[in-house]
Amino acid sequence: MRRYFGRKLLIYGLTFFVAVTVNWMIPRFMPGDPVASMVARANVTKPEAVEAMRAYYTNLFGLDQPLWQQYLNFWGALLRGDFGVSIWLFPTPVSDVITTAVPYTLALIVPSVLLSWVVGNRFGAYAARRKLLDNTVLPVGYVLTAMPYMWLAVLLAWAFGVILGWFPVAGGYSFSMRPNWSWTFLLDLLHHWTLPFLSLFLVALGGWAIGMRNMIIYELESDYSNYLSALGAPSRLIRRYAFRNAVLPQITGLALQLGVLVAGALVTEIVFAYPGLGSLILKAIQNKDFFLLQGTFLFIVLGVLIANFIIDIVYVVVDPRTRAGMAGAQA
Amino acid sequence: MSLQVSELKVHYRTLKGDVRALDGMSFGLGDGEILGLVGESGCGKSTLGKSLIRMDGRMRRVGGTVVLDGRELPIDDDRAMNEFRFREVSLIPQYAMSALNPTRKIRRMVTELLRSRGAALDLAELERRMAQVGLPAEVLDRYPIELSGGMKQRMVMVISTLLDPSLLIADEVTSALDVSTQKAVARALLGFRESGYVKSMIFVTHDLALTHHIADTIMVMYAGRLAEKAPADVIVKAPRHPYTKLLLDALPEVGVRYADRRLEGIAGSPPSLLNPPAGCRFRDRCPIAGEECAEDPPVAELAPDHHVACWKA
Repeated sequence: MRRYFGRKLLIYGLTFFVAVTVNWMIPRFMPGDPVASMVARANVTKPEAVEAMRAYYTNLFGLDQPLWQQYLNFWGALLRGDFGVSIWLFPTPVSDVITTAVPYTLALIVPSVLLSWVVGNRFGAYAARRKLLDNTVLPVGYVLTAMPYMWLAVLLAWAFGVILGWFPVAGGYSFSMRPNWSWTFLLDLLHHWTLPFLSLFLVALGGWAIGMRNMIIYELESDYSNYLSALGAPSRLIRRYAFRNAVLPQITGLALQLGVLVAGALVTEIVFAYPGLGSLILKAIQNKDFFLLQGTFLFIVLGVLIANFIIDIVYVVVDPRTRAGMAGAQA
Repeated sequence: MSLQVSELKVHYRTLKGDVRALDGMSFGLGDGEILGLVGESGCGKSTLGKSLIRMDGRMRRVGGTVVLDGRELPIDDDRAMNEFRFREVSLIPQYAMSALNPTRKIRRMVTELLRSRGAALDLAELERRMAQVGLPAEVLDRYPIELSGGMKQRMVMVISTLLDPSLLIADEVTSALDVSTQKAVARALLGFRESGYVKSMIFVTHDLALTHHIADTIMVMYAGRLAEKAPADVIVKAPRHPYTKLLLDALPEVGVRYADRRLEGIAGSPPSLLNPPAGCRFRDRCPIAGEECAEDPPVAELAPDHHVACWKA
């Protein structure tokens, strides 16, 4: 058990190291000069002033040092929890900018991923072996899962926001409101949250339902199911066993899909101008804000890695065969 | 007579038409009798075994009846049959190695299975029966993956007979085992009958030599029909049907070197059961076939308990 988790942790550690390095490299080797754009925004014309500002900013962000020094500084700051100062929202620290955006993203991703997984699995299991559902609702699932996230998001925004006018199409809350802990504000949040959530939920739902349907049919054809039927066990028991075993590959699927789901959520946020990490990334790119971009990416990478690690642990708990493998029985 | 099968016809539905896997089988099985069911692949022996407990979706009963202990089995009514399964008719499947749910500990699986059939688990009895086939009680707290193939096989044997069924169908239970395990399985099955866990048994196999050791009666099937049925010794020592004779000739004998004589097989192959030819179905491969074989040979009782379907026997 300890060896298994040790190995897993080592792999996650390596992934994290590579992710951080790539993360550091991308903005630095991207075309464009952030300091120049900051100076330009300040609208100073005197060449000496421009020069002074450039020197000040370059020194402030540590861009005057050699690259390897910058890289080491980056790690040092990272371990202290310091992501630097945002260029776009200068002089707010990046960690503060991210902290305000993270709750929105989490509130979108966590319920949509978990709910679509649970509902999709239940529904797929239910549709398997029921001809009518299998022939009517699952094709809809295929269409849903084949849809790009932002495409469904645009459709939903158009239908429910523009045509029907039931939901707002932009923002995390009404522009006329200030965030506070009142029921009206919470309702307003929920109102703005519904459409982005639905678009994420629906796309993922179709995929899980189709996967589960196929897995259940496979499990119901398997030897242990046949044996139980031959002994006259009620189909309730057999279906319960089949569901339990068919969920295992779906858990792996969740781990594999996590990155895609997060990416989908980021794009959806942009469609709905939802104030989460996705919109933040867009803003950071538009404003050449290295530090914000790095910080956001890092946060996402960390989140995905942690979620994957949790799934690894869950898998060990639910599948006895992985436990047997860890003991070295199948080395 | 605990089991009486009369004129049973079971066909497989295919796109090309009905495959007549069982085409009018009639036989009886006495209380406490072990019947060895022998034949080559595709002769209908597995179909017969399945028909008695659970038909699959493609199988259809065309005619005939199955009566067990005086009650007719509703073999083509999946739901009504549930009442008889496990309690009256039980099965040790061909796939015993993979018959246990991989994600349930065996104790829990057995408990859940019994509860779903409205029976309580008698732990002492279960452990006693496991000990009888050489399984320690700890096995109950393991997952199937933690057992060897032979252990899984024995565990399935114990589970299948837990409700003391009247008829046990053992479908090719020894085909995936080595010789010494085969012997252990055969001995366990005999032990089950002696202890009264099962009344009678149908042992489906293609291993004539092994069947001879455990069966009281051997029934040889050919192309969906009965060829010969007689007490085990009679089948082996004095067979009357030419197919049985050729089948025995094809078996190697221990200690005999076949240097000067090649071991003979039976030339040709069984007819397609999609559109079987009229008359005796073994006619084309039979060395002694004659004119009369163009007509179906009836099953005749040539001696007490010795049934043969052959004009020349």
